[in-house]
Amino acid sequence: MTELPEKPDEAVAKPAKPRLTRRELERRRMLLRSLGAGVAVVGLSLVGWYPVARQLFDRLRPPGALSEREFLSACIKCGQCVQVCPVEAIRLADGEEGFGLGAPYIDGRAQACDFSCDAVQCVLACPTGALTHEIARKEEVRMGVARLARPDACLAMKGQGLKGLARGDLFKGLHRYPDIDRWNPIRVADHPYDLELCDLCVRECPIKGAISLKPMSEDPADKRRMPVVADACVGCGACEMMCPAEPAAIVVDAKVLKERQA
Amino acid sequence: MNWFLHKLAMMFGAEPRRPEPAETTDASREMMKFKKLPDQVTLRKQRIAEEHEFPVVSRKWKYRRWASIIIINLLFVVSYWFDVQLVEGALTASRFVGFHMADPNSALQVMLAFKEVMINLVIGTVTVVLLWWIVGGRAFCSWVCPYHLLAEWAEMLHVKLAAIGYARDNPFHRGLRTILWLVFLALAFLTGYTVFEYVNPVGIVSRALIYGPTVALLWVIALLGIEVFYSRRFWCRYVCPIGLTYGITGAVAPVQVKYDLSKCLHEGECRKVCLVPHVLEITKMGYASDTFEFIGADCTRCGMCIDACPQNALDFTVRGLDKVL
Repeated sequence: MTELPEKPDEAVAKPAKPRLTRRELERRRMLLRSLGAGVAVVGLSLVGWYPVARQLFDRLRPPGALSEREFLSACIKCGQCVQVCPVEAIRLADGEEGFGLGAPYIDGRAQACDFSCDAVQCVLACPTGALTHEIARKEEVRMGVARLARPDACLAMKGQGLKGLARGDLFKGLHRYPDIDRWNPIRVADHPYDLELCDLCVRECPIKGAISLKPMSEDPADKRRMPVVADACVGCGACEMMCPAEPAAIVVDAKVLKERQA
Repeated sequence: MNWFLHKLAMMFGAEPRRPEPAETTDASREMMKFKKLPDQVTLRKQRIAEEHEFPVVSRKWKYRRWASIIIINLLFVVSYWFDVQLVEGALTASRFVGFHMADPNSALQVMLAFKEVMINLVIGTVTVVLLWWIVGGRAFCSWVCPYHLLAEWAEMLHVKLAAIGYARDNPFHRGLRTILWLVFLALAFLTGYTVFEYVNPVGIVSRALIYGPTVALLWVIALLGIEVFYSRRFWCRYVCPIGLTYGITGAVAPVQVKYDLSKCLHEGECRKVCLVPHVLEITKMGYASDTFEFIGADCTRCGMCIDACPQNALDFTVRGLDKVL
């Protein structure tokens, strides 16, 4: 209360303050503008955190990928893994994946990793070790794990066979069929089947003992079989790509889903 | 030495200034005195008038540089599309005929985010740093960076629009880049993500050229829009931390642009075309410290000033080698 009398003095003093010159005003504006631009650029870059923090995507990462968090830290987003893949299974993520922008992933349904390269070339290509060099064989890969997501759609579980193409003649995916060409993958659309009972997920699996068909009853006349995924599954996506059901009866859950549960 | 430190400080945002008398050489002071003699002043004015009457326009270095940017980025594209394995990868990291190369800024971000030193990345970074130390650090910007080329075209448009009043250049404080450089390094370390890569137009453009267009290109287009209408060379001048990383890399580079005070008419054609005009403040009357001077660390060695100077007062040189030759 005692300070009140001072206030009128200040009000008197204010107009006496020297006004800013045009130059000083411009400089002040420039500094404010710079501050604004700095905040805007940093703010915009942090928008990339949102999709990562909210876990808006669960991508299948290429063979040898570290845990999702470490992977996104270590990946330098250069795409060298994309370049060495003989079946071009690896793609680079776009802006909606935030800090994952430019990081590689595999869409198994469109093009699975079928290990046509024989020795995990993408791992050897990675300059940062985001795809860890600790693995050397395809059996050591753990990208995810296959799961029978739509048992009702599975042809084997319905006891049905497959005549013709697995995915239609427009499907662009490649697969290596060891009986046809040990070294070069060919188009899935160039390889028709004639099967009594559909067993593509087992037949085309590149990993020994990862998946098998189990009888559904003890009746020997019952043709129905159920695909059962074993621990050896590496999550390459070959079964998902091959599955003739639309959408696929069998899918691969990315490693990141398991990490989140843990 | 003080003058050299001042030029270095200018890269981090310090304002340009005149050299103190103690920072100038006797020869330069004498030359200034000579240039200010009345008959010399009239002679200089006369020569400037002649120049304006018969302007000499050279685009030698500009076209060489454009060719360099296009060829280098095309090598990346061709290597992938035709599988010739010449330069695999993108500008963030690559293999040049099998040898690791890594962008020092991207490598720094990754190592701070991942908190581990990866040997391949160190090899790649050291190779690149040595290479760009020789040719002058920010030479990366003007001779390799694909965004630089887009920004240069945007700049040409900006200058044209500004001339007819449809655009205005709003300058920013150059210290902004230093602050952002530190902020993005800190963010990489604190968040564990390569935060800067999300807005890095160099990575986005490089990847888009090689692996196909992405939605992220919209950000690059927005940036170019800002540069055309609002602020000339906004990203390269005031923001890009990659530029500063390369600037530090080439702070004492052998390849330099050399300024010859005796030839200079101080008309300022060079400063009009320069991406980083503060490095050319020494071409103002009374701002040079010596009769010959190297431009400084922030210079991108783009050669625009060399093309612009009607008196050949500026030229490329290799430190030490010019005395031998």
